[in-house]
Amino acid sequence: MNASDNQLVGFYRCMRLIRRFEERVVELVNRNEIVGTTHEYVGEEAVATGVCHALGVEDVITSTHRGHGHILAKGGDPRRMVAELMGRKTGYNGGRGGSMHIADLGLGIYGANGIVGAGVPIACGAAMAFKQRDSSRVAVAFFGDGAINQGVVHEAMNLACIWQLPVVFVCENNGYGITASIRDMSRIQKLSDRAAAYGMPAETVDGMDVRAVHAATTALVARARAGGGPSFIECLTYRFVGHFTAERALGLKYRTEQEVAEWRLRDPIATYPLWLRDQKLCDPARVDEEVEAQLEEAIAYARESELPAPQDALQGMYAVTYPGLPARGW
Amino acid sequence: MREMRYLEAMREGLREEMLRDDAVFVLGEDVRNSVRGLTKGLFQEFGAKRVYDTPISEAGFTGLATGAAIAGMRPVVEYQINALVFVAFDQLVDQAQKLRYMMGGQGTIPVTYVVMASGARRGLSGQHSDHPYPLLVHMGMKTVMPATPEDAKGLMKAAIREDDPVVIFAPSALLANKGPVPDGDYLTPLGRARIAREGKDLTIVALGPLVPDALKCAETLAAEGVSAEVIDPRSLLPLDHDTLLRSVRKTGRVVIFDDSNRTCGYAAEISAVVADQAWHALRAPVRRITRSDVPVPFSIALDTCVLPSPERLLEACRASVKETRT
Ligand SMILES: Cc1ncc(C[n+]2csc(CCOP(=O)(O)OP(=O)(O)O)c2C)c(N)n1
Ligand SMILES: [Mg+2]
Repeated sequence: MNASDNQLVGFYRCMRLIRRFEERVVELVNRNEIVGTTHEYVGEEAVATGVCHALGVEDVITSTHRGHGHILAKGGDPRRMVAELMGRKTGYNGGRGGSMHIADLGLGIYGANGIVGAGVPIACGAAMAFKQRDSSRVAVAFFGDGAINQGVVHEAMNLACIWQLPVVFVCENNGYGITASIRDMSRIQKLSDRAAAYGMPAETVDGMDVRAVHAATTALVARARAGGGPSFIECLTYRFVGHFTAERALGLKYRTEQEVAEWRLRDPIATYPLWLRDQKLCDPARVDEEVEAQLEEAIAYARESELPAPQDALQGMYAVTYPGLPARGW
Repeated sequence: MREMRYLEAMREGLREEMLRDDAVFVLGEDVRNSVRGLTKGLFQEFGAKRVYDTPISEAGFTGLATGAAIAGMRPVVEYQINALVFVAFDQLVDQAQKLRYMMGGQGTIPVTYVVMASGARRGLSGQHSDHPYPLLVHMGMKTVMPATPEDAKGLMKAAIREDDPVVIFAPSALLANKGPVPDGDYLTPLGRARIAREGKDLTIVALGPLVPDALKCAETLAAEGVSAEVIDPRSLLPLDHDTLLRSVRKTGRVVIFDDSNRTCGYAAEISAVVADQAWHALRAPVRRITRSDVPVPFSIALDTCVLPSPERLLEACRASVKETRT
């Protein structure tokens, strides 16, 4: 199924929002307004955008340490995201999660995750609940090429296949797990070949082409909704920047400048708006302005938001509390 | 009151909760044929959508339970042996236990994990004999270990209804024990210890499979003119500090009889609580009879140096009552 004109414009807005969100976040990290480090999604925007635009609000995703893009694409509110990154009370997690853990259950975002691969079985569990309840909702598990070598990911793929769960596995192959090239970490060329071992269909798509990602996901989501079971999409993509914001200071050399430059030629944020303009679908400059305003507002909102009170740190661990639980450290 | 075996009572609790709430379903290894006996008959009664045989993928199916719970189900995960807790550890403590907190209090994760046949069984040696409840408690996971058939049922039902992850240890040494079980729908609340025997001279805090031995020890002591109180915490987290401390303040003497390892074990925590909160009442040092910090060895000839023994408990109790503080 082809995307509607509205959707095509929506793709650009979403990709641009992710790109600029990440760029603004880096500024805030550099100014120490955000503590710690974040994993930027710069270069990979077409993947989250294409996948999440094939889903409804009621559908569920689990995300990764590189999660900002997935969350924005699934409808996450940039204001509450920036607030979380700044450790504010109004942040998605009230300052208890930070960059690697943003969650919005109301939007079906079952959390980014700091443990590589760990979200994959959780997405399958949501899919299991949907199947149990005869619902047509589906789940998507995002994970990287590094995560494909994590045991729990394979356990989850097998479980999803034996129980025919409505889940789509989205492997974001950006070529590296920190500095480890997937060429050195796997003997096979196409990671999607691994799906066959569990008995599910798989595709490898150009992860720099938002329409290709969207079309592939739409078909596989429809299949899952109709009871057709799990499937696997490998998106070939690339991160234009370091593994995390702190990488610059480390001076790591695991990929060549030429390689980065070649991938940058395919930057979806650069190529896609040209196509949109040719098709007379929108004026990308207008979208850019709107995105800037949205981010400006988000950052202002976060800055104005209150910090949590120290004693809030003991709240929210248990749904059912008891005297003395959780124990204090003094 | 009816007499039932521990395992039967636990199964009855599980079955009643499955009848009561169709969000409750079971997953684990060999649960349809019920190799462990906990789920016997449940597949026949409730069908394929309520009882899932899993592949040997503990981390994976533990993670599925988390996702299903966030999505509104109430999974009951059976771990066929205690070591599976180690295999699934990240999914247990780093995911299921932490997610609600880390999400800022969003959602609930009502999963019940039943560690079947936990603790030592003769001849199974080091990888099938652990009792790792302190690890889970340490990570903030609600953890219970019923010692009687009545509590086996009551805590099973309470755990399933709890809106948080709860681990139940079902010690192999207790599964065949018989005891009275009330009729009908009752819960044993989390966070309440049981006074298994009242006494005034000495407090024995006994954990799970050691409760029956502690009661026998109290009998022996009674014949010697020593009145021992036996506390069965049964809910390890939350722990009922009040019942524990009330007893220690009354007796001034405490011996902890714990089936976990010595270092950073559950007895260490109880000792610290007593030392912190009841120091003025203590008339003897806190004594601990625990496992030694080695894997449980195969040869039965080696057991006595590793597992907490009733003889050592008795000696420790006698030593405790002899202490006088000037
Ligand atoms: C289980 C686990 N091992 C190691 C790490 C440290 N780590 C964080 S991200 C990462 C690389 C992940 O690579 P990939 O899955 O390809 O995702 P990408 O960063 O490329 O998006 C590693 C090793 C971790 N967080 N979790
Ligand atoms: Mg990668």
